[in-house]
Amino acid sequence: MSSRFINWFKFSSPATFYPLAGRMVPVFSLIAAALIAVGLYMSFFVAPTDYKQGEGYRIIFVHVPAAWMSMFIYLVMAFWAALGLVFNTRLSGMMTRALAPTGAIFAFLALWTGAFWGKPMWGTWWVWDARLTSELILLFLYLGYLALQGAIDDNRRADRAGALLVLVGVVNIPIIHYSVKWWNTLHQGASVSISSGSSMSAIMLWTMLIMALGFWAYTIAVALSRVRSIILEREADTTWVQELAEVRS
Amino acid sequence: MLEVAGLACVRGDRKLFSDLSFSLQAGELLHLHGHNGSGKTTLMRTLCSLVRESAGEIRWQGESIHKLGEEYTREVLYVGHKNGIKDDLTGVENLRVSSALDGNPVSRERAWEALEQMGLRGHEDLPSRVLSQGQKRRVALARLLLNRSRLWVLDEPFTALDVAAVDFLQSIIQRHVESGGMVILTTHQEVRITREQVKELRLGWKEDGRV
Amino acid sequence: MFSAFRTLLGRDLLLAMRRRSDLFTTLFFFVIVVSLFPLGIGPEMNTLRMIAPGVFWVAALLASMLALERLFAIDYEDGALEQMLLTPQPLSLLVLAKVLAHWLVTGLPLVLMAPLLGLQYDLSSEALGVMVVSLLLGTPALSLIGAIGAALTLGLRGGGVLVSLLVLPLYIPVLIFGSGAVEATASGLGGQGHLSMLGAILVLSLLFAPLAASAALRISAE
Repeated sequence: MSSRFINWFKFSSPATFYPLAGRMVPVFSLIAAALIAVGLYMSFFVAPTDYKQGEGYRIIFVHVPAAWMSMFIYLVMAFWAALGLVFNTRLSGMMTRALAPTGAIFAFLALWTGAFWGKPMWGTWWVWDARLTSELILLFLYLGYLALQGAIDDNRRADRAGALLVLVGVVNIPIIHYSVKWWNTLHQGASVSISSGSSMSAIMLWTMLIMALGFWAYTIAVALSRVRSIILEREADTTWVQELAEVRS
Repeated sequence: MLEVAGLACVRGDRKLFSDLSFSLQAGELLHLHGHNGSGKTTLMRTLCSLVRESAGEIRWQGESIHKLGEEYTREVLYVGHKNGIKDDLTGVENLRVSSALDGNPVSRERAWEALEQMGLRGHEDLPSRVLSQGQKRRVALARLLLNRSRLWVLDEPFTALDVAAVDFLQSIIQRHVESGGMVILTTHQEVRITREQVKELRLGWKEDGRV
Repeated sequence: MFSAFRTLLGRDLLLAMRRRSDLFTTLFFFVIVVSLFPLGIGPEMNTLRMIAPGVFWVAALLASMLALERLFAIDYEDGALEQMLLTPQPLSLLVLAKVLAHWLVTGLPLVLMAPLLGLQYDLSSEALGVMVVSLLLGTPALSLIGAIGAALTLGLRGGGVLVSLLVLPLYIPVLIFGSGAVEATASGLGGQGHLSMLGAILVLSLLFAPLAASAALRISAE
């Protein structure tokens, strides 16, 4: 047991993690490209036309996985944040930081595609739907984290302050979500919600899952390569970085 | 009493010191030397548990100071670059508030007396805003007369003080050390405590400084 | 332990009394923002009655956020904060004392002023009563949650704008239930449910916000 434990901490050191991440990035990039290509093909050509919503509904194959990912990434960030605060490992802060921009992009993508979907379906770009509103608040949380990171010069403080903020956010997300939901039902706004418009066929669900997995692989690839740059930046003084082939050349 | 083992501190991207080890017994004074930017202040703040060390351990009576928490901070008195006194409060009020927060409330008379000993006669009841730099420093240092902490961590305590005040402060420090207290201080002045209780530690001298 | 709580509370109130001009800035901000809306929207009483809960609560949110900057900043600059971290007292208790003093100085006057301003919006006396209760429950929660943001942004450039980015999303539940309570009362539905949710949020933030804020203070004071 204990030997396995030590192994984990060994990989939490930037010097061992850097080459490992370097090997993982191309693998996950390929997986992401393949899955997203298959997913897009299925969403455009295999999935049947929805009898109520027409062709426009196909955007949910991007919208729903993006929304899933934006939430999932926040949870992963919270996991790394907790790990970093408890074990004081340097890598955790770097991982949290590397994931945040991707999470923000997915949240933005979900909102954007939501608007594109809303225009033909509801006739407006924006509806104060509970899910869309929660997604917007999630985007604000991501932006707050990024702004805080940008404002702090000291890396260690940035990591720990960011971790605390993410944890506070993750505790608050359910409260925010339920309050928005209550607010929404109370005001009897447009209670149409995406993806509950019609019963989903199995093929639609599969397409969404494939797209979600593709986004997931993409997230891993991007986050890892971002972590690699962060490691290089922060460990620039150390001998192991200066001995790297890509640094010396 | 206070043991430091393998301590390392990083500020920003810069390693200030690493693998620093020393120990301090009751009745000893540690005089930190080092040029500007060598990490004296960071070391002192680390020893107070204000800054978290990036490697190594600090033990108080054999226990990690982070485990001891408030039991350790009770034993420590820190005077830093900032005086920690409120401009809108009078000297007496400042002193009584900080003593109460330190866990030993003092009477108005006792605070008044301490300020007089520090040479602030006639200024006890003025808002600290109107005091000079040196007088503010004296208000901050008056805590030394009231506090029961065993470990004093004094960062440049003599700055802005005149000769008489420096002499008085040195005698207080000496008394504290002789009665079994511990002192860690930085100063560019000579410390005139003649017995062999003075340890010296130089930072930034070599890669690592040891006592 | 509680004598330390009382000491710090007393000190902060005394400091506020010696700087009375600071006391009124938040209150005036609240009054001005609330009074600006009729000028922007028009004096139609039915519209005003309808938007009043939202206007009051958004103004309270902004006022409380504006006041956050002063919560720890002065202590940080003059070194009182690091002395606070080194006292043998539980830090979250000291944070609670500071937040309470802060709320008494910036939040409570706003709560007391609200019914007077409510007259501008022609609110019924019942709605005014619920407004006061909702603000009484909600604004302390705002101060508590805001303390986390204030502690995290201590000493950073652009701290004031940054704190709003961090804190405003977290304020949303309080906004929803606070204005919801007044609105529900005004429309005859009764605001009990909303008020109890606000109470629950206040209890939760009393339990957790001081802990999070003290952790943030330790990070920022390094």
